[in-house]
Amino acid sequence: MDNTNTFRFFNRGPSAIVRLIFFALISLMLLFVDARYKHLESIRTILALPIQPLQRLATDLITEPGVLWDHFSNYLDTQGRLSLENEQMRLKHTQDATQLLQLEILQSENTRLRTMFELSQHLDYPIKMAEIIYLERDIFKRKVFLDKGSQQEVVAGQVVMDEIGIVGQVTRVYPWMSEVTLITDKDHAVPIQMLRTGLRAVVFGSGNISNLDLRYMPSSADIQVDDTMVTSGIDGTYPPGIPVAKVVKIERDPAYPFAQITCVPIAGVDQQRQLMIISGLKKLPAIPKDEVKPLEPKGKKIKRGKP
Amino acid sequence: MIDQFSKDQEFQLPANTGFIVLSLFVALMLNWLPWHGLWLAMRPDFVALVLLYWCTHKPHQIGIGVAWAIGILADVSDSSLFGQHALSYSVLAFGGLMLHRRIQMFDVREQPLQVFPLVLISYSVFASIHWLMRGSLSWEYFLGSLTSALLWLPMSLLLQKMRRTRNNPNEL
Repeated sequence: MDNTNTFRFFNRGPSAIVRLIFFALISLMLLFVDARYKHLESIRTILALPIQPLQRLATDLITEPGVLWDHFSNYLDTQGRLSLENEQMRLKHTQDATQLLQLEILQSENTRLRTMFELSQHLDYPIKMAEIIYLERDIFKRKVFLDKGSQQEVVAGQVVMDEIGIVGQVTRVYPWMSEVTLITDKDHAVPIQMLRTGLRAVVFGSGNISNLDLRYMPSSADIQVDDTMVTSGIDGTYPPGIPVAKVVKIERDPAYPFAQITCVPIAGVDQQRQLMIISGLKKLPAIPKDEVKPLEPKGKKIKRGKP
Repeated sequence: MIDQFSKDQEFQLPANTGFIVLSLFVALMLNWLPWHGLWLAMRPDFVALVLLYWCTHKPHQIGIGVAWAIGILADVSDSSLFGQHALSYSVLAFGGLMLHRRIQMFDVREQPLQVFPLVLISYSVFASIHWLMRGSLSWEYFLGSLTSALLWLPMSLLLQKMRRTRNNPNEL
């Protein structure tokens, strides 16, 4: 039997409403601090240490049987299917090899042209392979967690891509994992350049699972359906020339000053399990401060010393 | 069958702390399963339900403080803002504490209707914080409060069964 009917004179601490107000105030304070400043990141990291293995376990409990089944069904593949697949692969290989040959020629031509124009070479960025551990359970956000963290020298701000395009950006780093905000996350911005016209713009996530918005483009802008956007690299965060998105719909309504342009990401933002983290981007030179200096009263000391 | 649902005994069943902790842990693990897309929207909030269950059935053991602490854990795991889950779970626990006698009056089959507004309020607290901070809202999020209320009946029956000791010697 439990003490459900305790007598009044037992001291049981403050009443429920007082406790609610107390905890609500603490929550609101934490909300404010967390939204405005970055002081709570260390607490988050410490609390995450015991939680993350459990989360990983919960994900593995569901996904592991699927992975095991894949292994099993692979094992049972018939010899006929394998030989057929081999045949197709060989054919594909031959085709690819010819194209690769052309690519090499183009590459050498490109390097020659670049040295001729004394342009800086496109760098080969060091990349790290990472695997998605689990997706975020918050329905409002588009985030995934990768299995590489600060122990593997992942830094917040690094770019994540799959083999065909940009997927997102590392926004928070834990010791053994990192949080990636996808480009489809609401208001996430990527500076881009249209491949066809060279027009520079910024593409925003729409919060929808597979859409991006190209905002603030005048109705007269030269943009067509199926135009491809690549990163412009001007921000110093994203390396230049990586495909980002494709235009799928343009609405030019004269009632609005801007055209409404809907794009879809080129990379399989929601489909991949293995992703690449790009590191070692070259730091851009800081904005020159020379223009600021002449504004300072520089002659004062000399004048004072003269008399 | 009616006898099993009798309200007087059910609320006086003993519950040791270990069992409460275990049930909350299982609820957290259920929330951490890899839900995705529409399933994520439809997912009942297991943690909120189990918290509400203990707040209404054992208001002297589980209260706002526990709800707040679990909310902080949920905030870390979902990488939402600190205090977002904590505030919504605190409000939920407060509602459970205030209405626990009212909910006790009802048969377990009628309780989902009483539980639904409480869950809806806690969902709206979470959504309104998100709306204030980020200025966007998706309405399918509130589907979860409906499925949570629907899950209340099977979940409370399950927890009841697990708490009930077998006194009848003929029972297997």
